[in-house]
Amino acid sequence: MALTKADMAERLFQDVGLNKREAKEFVDAFFEAVREALEKGEQVKLSGFGNFDLRQKNQRPGRNPKTGEEIPISARRVVTFRPGQKLKVRVEGYAGPRQ
Amino acid sequence: MTKSELIEALARGQTHLAYSDVEMAVKGLLEQMSRALSEGDRIEVRGFGSFSLHYRPPRMGRNPKTGEAVALPGKHVPHFKPGKELRERVNSGED
Repeated sequence: MALTKADMAERLFQDVGLNKREAKEFVDAFFEAVREALEKGEQVKLSGFGNFDLRQKNQRPGRNPKTGEEIPISARRVVTFRPGQKLKVRVEGYAGPRQ
Repeated sequence: MTKSELIEALARGQTHLAYSDVEMAVKGLLEQMSRALSEGDRIEVRGFGSFSLHYRPPRMGRNPKTGEAVALPGKHVPHFKPGKELRERVNSGED
C-alpha cells in the first residue's frame, strides 16, 4: 500500500485537528514549498528525514533505445535525495519480502 | 531551506492556522512518511515524486581501521524518484 496525499491529509485531520479542507490544502502547500525552494536552487534540509540536494549534470551522449539513434542528453539540473541518519536506521530494520 | 524555515514559510502562507499547528503538521507529515518507508510502504505524490525502498544485498565489508573483513547483512535504503513537474521546474529554475 502506498502512502498518498489523501492519506496524509486524513491523518492531519485526525491527529492535528485541521478540518478536511485545511488538511488537504496543507499537504499541497507542503510539497509546493519544497518544490519552490528547489526550483530557486535552494537545497532543502529536513532533519531526521533527509536532504533534497541539487546537482548540475553536464551534457552526455545518449541513445534512443527503440531506434538506436544517438542523441545527446542535454545538460540539466536534477534533484537527489539523501536520507538522513535517523530515516536510514529506521528503514534498515525493515525485513521486507525481498530476501 | 531547513525544517524551521519550511515551517515559517508555511505559517506565512496559511495565516488561518496557528503557528503551533503548522509545526505539528510538518512534523506529523515527516513522521508519516518515515513510518511508511520503515514499514516497507511506498510514498507517491503526483508532481513531486515517489519514495520507495531499494534492497542492498549482504556483502563482505572491511573495518577501515584494522583491515579486518566483516560480513554486512542485507538492508533496505530509501530511494527518491522525482516526479515530472519537479524535474521540469528544477531544470528550468534559476540559481
